[in-house]
Amino acid sequence: MNLDAKIPSGAVQDKWDKHRFEMKLVNPANKRKYRVIVVGTGLAGASASATLGELGYRVETFTFHDSPRRAHSIAAQGGINAAKNYQNDGDSIWRLFYDTVKGGDFRAREANVYRLAQVSVDIIDQCVAQGVPFAREYGGTLANRSFGGAQVSRTFYARGQTGQQLLLGAYQALARQEAAGTVTLHAREEMLDLIVIDGRARGIVSRNLVTGKICSHVADDVVLATGGYGNVFFLSTNAKGCNVTAIWRAHRRGALFANPCFTQIHPTCIPQSGEWQSKLTLMSESLRNDGRIWVPKTEGDTRPPAQIPEAERDYYLERIYPSFGNLSPRDIASRRAKEAVDQGRGVGPLKNGVYLDFADAIGRLGQSVVAERYGNLFEMYERITGENPYETPMRIYPAPHYTMGGLWVDYNLMSTIPGLHVIGEANFSDHGANRLGASALMQGLADGYFVLPYTIGDYLAQAKLDKIDPDHPACRAVEQEASGRMAKLLGAKGRRTVDSFHRELGRILWEKCGMARNATGLREALGQIAALGQEYHADVKVVGEGEDVNQSLERAGRVADFFELAELMCRDAQVRDESCGGHFREEHQTPDGEAKRDDERFCHVAAWEWKGPGAEPLRHVEALEFENVHLTQRSYK
Amino acid sequence: MNLILHVWRQVGPRAPGKFERFEARDISDHASFLEMLDIVNERLEEKGERPIAFEHDCREGICGACGVVIDGSPHGPHRATTTCQLHMRSFRDGAELWIEPWRATAFPVLKDLIVDRSAFDRIMQAGGYVSVNTGNAPDGNDIPIGKDVAAKAMDAAQCIGCGACVAACPNASAMLFVSAKVSHLGLLPQGQPERYDRVQAMVARMDQEGFGSCTNHGACQNACPKEIGVEFIAMLNRDLRKSILSPPPRPKPSSAAGP
Repeated sequence: MNLDAKIPSGAVQDKWDKHRFEMKLVNPANKRKYRVIVVGTGLAGASASATLGELGYRVETFTFHDSPRRAHSIAAQGGINAAKNYQNDGDSIWRLFYDTVKGGDFRAREANVYRLAQVSVDIIDQCVAQGVPFAREYGGTLANRSFGGAQVSRTFYARGQTGQQLLLGAYQALARQEAAGTVTLHAREEMLDLIVIDGRARGIVSRNLVTGKICSHVADDVVLATGGYGNVFFLSTNAKGCNVTAIWRAHRRGALFANPCFTQIHPTCIPQSGEWQSKLTLMSESLRNDGRIWVPKTEGDTRPPAQIPEAERDYYLERIYPSFGNLSPRDIASRRAKEAVDQGRGVGPLKNGVYLDFADAIGRLGQSVVAERYGNLFEMYERITGENPYETPMRIYPAPHYTMGGLWVDYNLMSTIPGLHVIGEANFSDHGANRLGASALMQGLADGYFVLPYTIGDYLAQAKLDKIDPDHPACRAVEQEASGRMAKLLGAKGRRTVDSFHRELGRILWEKCGMARNATGLREALGQIAALGQEYHADVKVVGEGEDVNQSLERAGRVADFFELAELMCRDAQVRDESCGGHFREEHQTPDGEAKRDDERFCHVAAWEWKGPGAEPLRHVEALEFENVHLTQRSYK
Repeated sequence: MNLILHVWRQVGPRAPGKFERFEARDISDHASFLEMLDIVNERLEEKGERPIAFEHDCREGICGACGVVIDGSPHGPHRATTTCQLHMRSFRDGAELWIEPWRATAFPVLKDLIVDRSAFDRIMQAGGYVSVNTGNAPDGNDIPIGKDVAAKAMDAAQCIGCGACVAACPNASAMLFVSAKVSHLGLLPQGQPERYDRVQAMVARMDQEGFGSCTNHGACQNACPKEIGVEFIAMLNRDLRKSILSPPPRPKPSSAAGP
């Protein structure tokens, strides 16, 4: 298979403008003749649905939630980057582009990243116009902060609820289009499979989560905006419902899955406190602007933090990375925390965290300034842990948070199945091997507001599509398969609950394909996952029926797909015999423990082709070329 | 800790419901309320019994999906706390808890503790937005907004759409929800052109959905996990009165549809 990314020719800063001119347009009067399915209503899905509706397409939008506003984009706390240079501190599109390519450890496409930086400025304007209440200065202009390892202040924010406010902006735009009749919303409908006819994506099969009814929906184009797969680890910062099913089923129908092993472990989450824990809570990384991270110098030190004198504390990030300190990129901060805990210097009752200490900031700025900046986060921390972070340092530990991998897409955000576009976290395109803070919101909205609405027209204007209806034999066949899978899960009538399997799968993956990986561990994990997966299908117990609200059945289907994905993640991590970004192979590190890339052998995207159940998937390669940002070893020292 | 739960069970919107008694044994006081329900459910499933259906997603207090009435209080006993952020250390060992869904005509029960809140979405469709197509926007800093105005708008915009205000209201009114959106947009310059149409349309839709009227009990603001205050209801009432009694001159808004 030839993986053509369809990157326009010319200088990187001219590619998008040139491409926009060269793309075919759909006549305004014809747009309403095209039906587009959008699955997912997070930042990417809601913004795409609204914008396509405004353009005049007939949009059918699906969400498994009761309302589009519940999508997990809502939980993003920190902010959204844009190269506005409002602070006059030397930011520019070039700098945002450079930082993102470098931050991704040179495993993203230059052309995509440049376009992302370019449209970032339009996103802020659009959101302001919608009424997103971004933080302001006294003079009325927009406020910015520095965030997640950036040396300029380019992050826009709305208290600690930026994701919520941006999502509500997109949701309101979507509501407006629903009222106008251009968008039809299908709430509580979960996509179970993709319908491919004559090699093109032509629809989806979904299950109504109230009635259990499984049926087909057909269209001229299918857009997946279904988010990431971090919940494969069971414990992650994702919402409980986040899952891989939509993109996994598309993968099984022919869409290549790129870089599945690139997962981001976020450094500042509240450590696990027991076996029954259902999710991990992220504490915004903005806390690292003022908090100092430390552990005791000696292992096994059980004194309460206040009794450990300065001289016996190790502010390890400040020590190892004097210029970036506590603001070192996520992958680095996470790995160093793991190292400290592995050395037996972890803190808290389970010795599974590190301190994030605000004592200095409170001394320097006063408690009221700290409260103004982080008050809601401190409250949230206290609610969960019962400890007051103004008095005793927070405890944090890394947790799975974001997945850079996803379905492979070309420059037009189209997968290897014509007519299947993939946007937001569900695709692999812009973050390489590590995503920078405040860049996920930017990418979701860039794709939905400003990229897909153009590129989808280019596809539709040229595709010669036959009319089909949901009675098409291909639709019926996919429905049958989906119903069969549900029936099989209900019929297993085994002894173990879905969650017990999911927890065990998550543990294997976290230990062997988490923050650090090695060849032996990955080999073991592959064996364990395959064995557990078999046991799952034989011994899972799903109570209830299919024609009803059945949350266990919903989870059972998602976990079945997580098993297959987990194998692919380990395989991808095994073959990528280098360290880069969030993918840290212990065999490949510099003498001082940093990730050591192997650009000779791995300066490429790995995109996997499904070859059938139990068969070895096939690995394809898209070479990455760096013409503008020179390949260097990342250094944050 | 050990607890006794009385949980509302109902198989569907038209089916009769009733409380069912469960024992929740050996629960860690660090577990969240929903994790306690997870544990109860997993034990039910192990015995082959139907687990309790409840809605939840982010489990960090922001998506608005979760919410049950605990001993008569929506989202339980604490201020500014969603059900998912409530931890078992808030209850005493041996406590007996009564757990119910939101109760409102406009929120029919779908199953057990899950209700249908799509009426909120329809109220939003009636006018809870600024009519601006993608690509229409001026530069962000062309619209200066004072820090205090932005902060006030943000106070209102924090609403997570959970519906606790409706559950708390003796009239099952959605005034707090509607006023939060009306005030968020009405406070900002971007929301001015449609300000008075918006308030009329959203209130009309609220009435049509079967929510009750506001009689100033204020129970909503106590239940609100984001502490949205009744001052926004006052703001809504001012705008609504003005829109009826002395409507500012304005052109009829054009259709929101694209070409």
